[in-house]
Amino acid sequence: MSLAKRIIPCLDVDAGRVVKGVQFVDIRDAGDPVEIAKRYNDEGADEITFLDITASSDQRDTIAHVVEQVAAKVFIPLTVGGGIRTVDDIRRLLNAGADKVGINTAAVKKPEFVQEAAARVGSQCIVVSIDAKRVSTNNHEDRWEIFTHGGRNATGIDAIEWAVKMAEFGAGELLLTSMDRDGTKRGFDLDLTRTISEAVSIPIIASGGVGNLQHLSDGIKLGKADAVLAASIFHFGEFSIQEAKDHMREQGITIRQ
Amino acid sequence: MEQVVVVDYGMGNLHSVHSALVTVAAGKVDVMVSQDIEAINNADKIVFPGQGAAADCMQAINSLKLRDTIINAAKEKPFLGICMGLQVLLDHSDENDGTSCLGMYPGTVKNFSASFSPQQRTQLKVPHMGWNTIRHSADHPLWAGIASDSYFYFVHSYYVAMDSPEIVSGITDYGFEFASVIAGDKVFAMQCHPEKSADNGLKLLENFINWREC
Repeated sequence: MSLAKRIIPCLDVDAGRVVKGVQFVDIRDAGDPVEIAKRYNDEGADEITFLDITASSDQRDTIAHVVEQVAAKVFIPLTVGGGIRTVDDIRRLLNAGADKVGINTAAVKKPEFVQEAAARVGSQCIVVSIDAKRVSTNNHEDRWEIFTHGGRNATGIDAIEWAVKMAEFGAGELLLTSMDRDGTKRGFDLDLTRTISEAVSIPIIASGGVGNLQHLSDGIKLGKADAVLAASIFHFGEFSIQEAKDHMREQGITIRQ
Repeated sequence: MEQVVVVDYGMGNLHSVHSALVTVAAGKVDVMVSQDIEAINNADKIVFPGQGAAADCMQAINSLKLRDTIINAAKEKPFLGICMGLQVLLDHSDENDGTSCLGMYPGTVKNFSASFSPQQRTQLKVPHMGWNTIRHSADHPLWAGIASDSYFYFVHSYYVAMDSPEIVSGITDYGFEFASVIAGDKVFAMQCHPEKSADNGLKLLENFINWREC
């Protein structure tokens, strides 16, 4: 027996309701977060991630309320990302029942925030979300660069160097999303996933582009990810978590029964 | 009504532990979170969680003057340690350049990376994060209804290396076998998080609530 690879459904939450953006533009409503989280827990999800995409600042506390309601009924790890800027934001979510928080833009703006957050609440609570996009240059090989704001803003930061730095700064885990693949259903960017997984000693969650079950097992076997995250294939009933687990097990991957 | 006190010494979020205990207690047992010495002394059972670094945990325990209270509670009544609530029961932790702990059990808390071979270091991520199995190495009332090799949720970079293998009650494999659960007379302490371990974890907490010493 050994550590199981994890399957993590991701719920995009806007003002308390679950939605899923395709390439972050076209959004459909998939319902109530508590009911969905319970269903995923019953199906055997290993964790659940909430991405808060609430734009209006006067509704920012709705995500804490969602977490509180879910945590009272669902006893598996819960991660919350989106809009986290201060240690107080982190504390509010942890106190509401989140186990980990995802930090993205705030880390890019000020990398020391990750150090501060890890020192205050512990590395085990800090997931750094990395949105990476492949960029071509005339003289060099392709590389991956960090983007913020849903893939719109380039930062010029090299994704591999960034991942190593975030691990050194105290991230407990990295959530790696390929902006080229997100919403495409073409599978993870396996080169990106494997390169970063081999560059750091902390766990990697692969995200962005899952369209079928083979993509999930490829993320583990070829991308060397420790966990795989997907949204739409689970939300709209294309596949259940149990089917995903059965598939992974058939592929020889250790999965929680 | 019987009272379970979850010891709050400021290390980590107790929301989930409290909420899972309230769920399994189902109104038959009172569950409260407290750092009050009197409340801990008066409790029928103690849950001792903890997250974060060993030095911070020990500093918090000492500055709240909870050291003797916790040690006495663990000797006198059913006591469930979770995560750091297991580690600080030992003599010593290697974390933070060496931290002296509560000294209830002989052993040392060690870092996974330091114990891995160079090859393991390239293959096994630290923290040990996610679902892993616990093999029962001894019978215990808290294992009732939970099969050996069931999955529980772990997140930790340090593990306990026991000098007294006879008190080990559960074993987990991550690069090597380590003691993931120890069981003393009234103490049951586990490295994993039962409050985050879905049905197996809830069953264990329910067994703790129902635990009657012989």
